Amino acid sequence: MVLIFVELDNGSIKKTSLEAVAYGAAVAKATGTTATALAIGTADAAELAKAGTYGATKVLHANAAELANENAMAYASVLAAAVKNENAEVVILPKSGLCDAMGARAAAKLGASIVSGVTELPDVSNGFKVTRSIYTGKAFATVDVKGTVKILGIKKNAIEAVEGTGSATVEAFTPALNNGDFVAKVTGQEKASGELSLTEADIIVSGGRGMKGPDNWQPLLDLASALGAATGCSKPVSDLDWRPHHEHIGQTGIKVAPNLYIACGISGAIQHLAGVNSSKVIVAINKDPEAPFFKAADYGIVGDVFDILPRLTKAVKDAK
Amino acid sequence: MKILVCITNVPDTTAKISFTDNNTKLNKAGVQYIIGPYDDYALARAVELKEQQGGSITVLNVGEAESDPQIRKALAIGADDAVRVNAEPTDSYFTATQIAAIAKEGGYDLILMGRESIDFNSGVVHGLVGEMLGIPSFSPVMKLDIEGATAKFAREIEGGKEFLEAPLPLVLGCQEPIAEWKIPNMRGIMTARTKPLKVVEPVAVGDMATLDQYTLPAPKGACKMIPADQAETLISLLKTEAKVL
Repeated sequence: MVLIFVELDNGSIKKTSLEAVAYGAAVAKATGTTATALAIGTADAAELAKAGTYGATKVLHANAAELANENAMAYASVLAAAVKNENAEVVILPKSGLCDAMGARAAAKLGASIVSGVTELPDVSNGFKVTRSIYTGKAFATVDVKGTVKILGIKKNAIEAVEGTGSATVEAFTPALNNGDFVAKVTGQEKASGELSLTEADIIVSGGRGMKGPDNWQPLLDLASALGAATGCSKPVSDLDWRPHHEHIGQTGIKVAPNLYIACGISGAIQHLAGVNSSKVIVAINKDPEAPFFKAADYGIVGDVFDILPRLTKAVKDAK
Repeated sequence: MKILVCITNVPDTTAKISFTDNNTKLNKAGVQYIIGPYDDYALARAVELKEQQGGSITVLNVGEAESDPQIRKALAIGADDAVRVNAEPTDSYFTATQIAAIAKEGGYDLILMGRESIDFNSGVVHGLVGEMLGIPSFSPVMKLDIEGATAKFAREIEGGKEFLEAPLPLVLGCQEPIAEWKIPNMRGIMTARTKPLKVVEPVAVGDMATLDQYTLPAPKGACKMIPADQAETLISLLKTEAKVL
């Protein structure tokens, strides 16, 4: 049995989690078994049943009041209980901070193999071989996963998730909770509201030092808004506090994998490219024709971002 | 306070990656090695905490003798002693088992490491170690203070941060801006030479995941340049040619 953890965001299953369900269903099909999804937190049954249209036949829903806050330790205990309950041999998690943390603790509880950053479906013809991203996207490693239970963290776009016509039954899942998982006290939260998540976004518009200062971001924000895109930035920009730290994309920031990445006034240092090289299509806009980003981009424009960005925004609006 | 800082020995962020031996080994020729950048933040914060509150810092690496220059650098930055588990870190579970074995003996109040290594980018070792030791683990931690037996810290979450308090002992995966990287001074470099570095053999772990082979991404095609005065055509190309709009 394949068990897939789906992450909820305000009661909705995240897009990367629906991809994970599609991935888990494909693994189940290849190994002649079924796929069950596990959701933790508040969501209504109709939303959870969506996992059925991506190939799960059952959804376990753990919704104890104590689980309302994202708590990786408690979530790991629930996941491990579900693995045991359902006799799961393969566990699929989308790649995220929460999933890495809970997957790791669940792996140690179960003595399971854990492989994170998986980019393709496994080859089950001889063993259980998966390909994962390493060196921050500069290379791949194919590994033979040996554990009786195999936990895989899959990267965005590891599979094209296509909605089908299947359906899933939703069952309440109420494992015993451990007090030890609740020793930490959450004392506060700072969260930008209404922002598109960088790891979920299909389009990202990102700015670098070429934007020349925190007050010049409007043309970039306008293009992002016209495209329905999330916004990111380079490391120097977040170091200078022009943009908040959670927008920093790169080797030591967030690694993204959108369908379209538009880099505005970012030179393309190797550390930045490491965070974006999983993007499907990259556009670089820079006034320096020698900017290294043009070597990594699919489309390039040499020019002044303050001239180009408003014109692109207008072109997007005109095309609608 | 006893702090254990786990460091990785990894190729520099600017290193060009290639493979040898039928794509089963990293080509180390010309590759400069560094302390993992996230581990370096963890080490820097540990040194600051020790300066504030006293205590000791042990640095731990799972790696072969080629890690020694990076371990000496960590000692020069401010760790008091070091342990190297003499094994190639092949898999997260293997590495975490080694760290947990050392941590169990030492009775540390705080176990710090980077949020992930920059070679395998798994980001799971802190969680594995925490569970193996039966203590809490959190990541990625971007701010950390210790008050008595309580850690007060901030964790990056999607779109912001969360502030937490938890009793020691803890395992934390760290990232910027928890502290500024520290550069060893001459006195540090001199004293690091004589600080103890103990080499121990690994504990046995069954194979959890073994390498089949490495591959490099397919080479990127040429960048299609669009003249600045026709910038608008980009939008139609993204629609009709790249099909991403």
